[in-house]
Amino acid sequence: MPRAAGALLGLLVLAAAIAAGLTVGNQHVLTLTIQIMILAALATSWNILGGFAGQISLGHSAFFGLGALITRELWLGGQAFPVAVAAAVGVTALAAVVVGVPMLRFRDIYFAIGTLALGVAVYITAGNLWPGISSLPAEVLRSYDFTGPYFFALGVLVAAILVSVWLERSKLGLGMMTVREDEEAAKATGVDVFAHKLAAFVISAAVATLAGSAFAYFSVSHYPNFAFSVIWTFEAVLVVFIGGIGTLVGPLLGSIFFILGRDLMPTDVDEFQVVFFGLLFIVVVLLFPGGLSQAAGRLLGRAGERSTATDRPTAARGRS
Amino acid sequence: MSQLVAQSIVSGLLLGGVYGLVALGLALSFGVLHVLNVAHGELLMLGGYLAFFAFTNWGLDPFVSLPLVFIVMFGFGVLLYLCLFRFVTRTETHTRIKNSLLVSFGLALVLQALAVRFFTADERTISTAYSSEALTVWSIRIPVVRLAGLVVAVVAALALEWILSRTRFGKALRATSEDWTRAALTGIDVRRVYLIAFAVSAALAATAGSMVSLGYSVSPGIGLGWTLKALIVVVLAGLGSMRGIVVAGVALGLVESLASVWIGGQYREVTALVLFLIVLSFRPLGFFGRARA
Repeated sequence: MPRAAGALLGLLVLAAAIAAGLTVGNQHVLTLTIQIMILAALATSWNILGGFAGQISLGHSAFFGLGALITRELWLGGQAFPVAVAAAVGVTALAAVVVGVPMLRFRDIYFAIGTLALGVAVYITAGNLWPGISSLPAEVLRSYDFTGPYFFALGVLVAAILVSVWLERSKLGLGMMTVREDEEAAKATGVDVFAHKLAAFVISAAVATLAGSAFAYFSVSHYPNFAFSVIWTFEAVLVVFIGGIGTLVGPLLGSIFFILGRDLMPTDVDEFQVVFFGLLFIVVVLLFPGGLSQAAGRLLGRAGERSTATDRPTAARGRS
Repeated sequence: MSQLVAQSIVSGLLLGGVYGLVALGLALSFGVLHVLNVAHGELLMLGGYLAFFAFTNWGLDPFVSLPLVFIVMFGFGVLLYLCLFRFVTRTETHTRIKNSLLVSFGLALVLQALAVRFFTADERTISTAYSSEALTVWSIRIPVVRLAGLVVAVVAALALEWILSRTRFGKALRATSEDWTRAALTGIDVRRVYLIAFAVSAALAATAGSMVSLGYSVSPGIGLGWTLKALIVVVLAGLGSMRGIVVAGVALGLVESLASVWIGGQYREVTALVLFLIVLSFRPLGFFGRARA
């Protein structure tokens, strides 16, 4: 029962994460873990659009930034935090529909270029409209500890993964994967290509918003346009490919590897880590399209699952 | 006021020439190899630094070092093709574009980080004896170092057009770009065409870089911005006409400068990006593009 084993492993990791949040006092460890969870949630959201539906978006930071901005403005403006998050998700989902309808008419490379242009335009506009730094007010800072942001980020990550699990099994998610593999074939089998792309776009944007909310809750002070920076898109794409595109655990594995790797590398030469991850990324894309999750899967003996999956059609053929 | 508008129009035209020059190289790699090199702006950045260091270390005038920069970056392009893009071009067109986007994205990160490491993050500009000289027409200043960018762009476009339409190699290039399998069947060495087209593309980016570090400035982080400009110009012009690309580049420069006069300097790029998205929606093949089978 590999599915049950996967679920059990997931629950164990979750229990460990909750226990760590309650017991670990080391600020550095908590900060790193929160960073991993936020990036993993963002990467998981990118993976829904890029991995499941096969649409490479380079404007993903727009939704992360919008989530962070709306959540933060409403929350610091006096709204209850959950209300701020719900409003952010609502607004971004709506924005994703409005933007997605024209954008998703572009195919392949034009979609990537178009979303990149959009992301840069939104980034510049955000910087123009909100030039001042956004800091937590003194009364919030006095009671600030990592527990709140930690558990909120954990909740967001769990939600992102659950959405992916649901998509992987639902008709909607299967439709997205059909679109990814072959749009013409998808059309021929009765899949509404545009509707599935739009659904992936909106769900992905909504989850990215949640990741942005987690960032807004965690960050002590930042320039609002920082959350819109293309760096967020690039890091999400990077970790998805390093971890394994189109898989459930890939974005999480990639984020752990990326954040920990960055932390462990010598800090005197900052550029070294970028060079390392850039080269690793190239190697993964060219030589190991399955990423880390494939390698980890082999190590954990999931190769067995893979072989049973491929054996099935042969067995059926044998019977007939 | 009209004086200011006229001056911005001229500045826009001159900057637009450089946009066109950067886009020429991108159009070559995109059109012939069907790879999208998002590290194109980083190649421009490297070319700009080459010209800058040739000037400061050896006292070479940027126009003297231009052929040198071209040759060195041609060689670098050969190296990049052999080490990276050769593997990308082995796949079919659909995966080719996606993989090249991802590979060159990793390359862009690496080149940018190395530039910060070795060239520092400072902004650099070549300041020659004639850097401050300008032609004055009806009291509009035309800086010669910026005019040079436009002139080089036009010359490069005309040279490329001549090569593409009049030479045997140009014919092979066009055939490969249309259908590489059939081109291979007629005896064209497709890999050689790919290699040379990519190397020329890198060299053209570096040529533009020389002009940028002479008329404007270079720093390690400028790559993405220039790549985006080149992408916009290529998409606006469509593939098929080198002259069209320079025209589209100039048009983009013009739109940006008018936007900064009428809407405000901080929105010049946003206006251009939004216009680009609108044009992309209505003319997906660009203004000078030809439909491809």
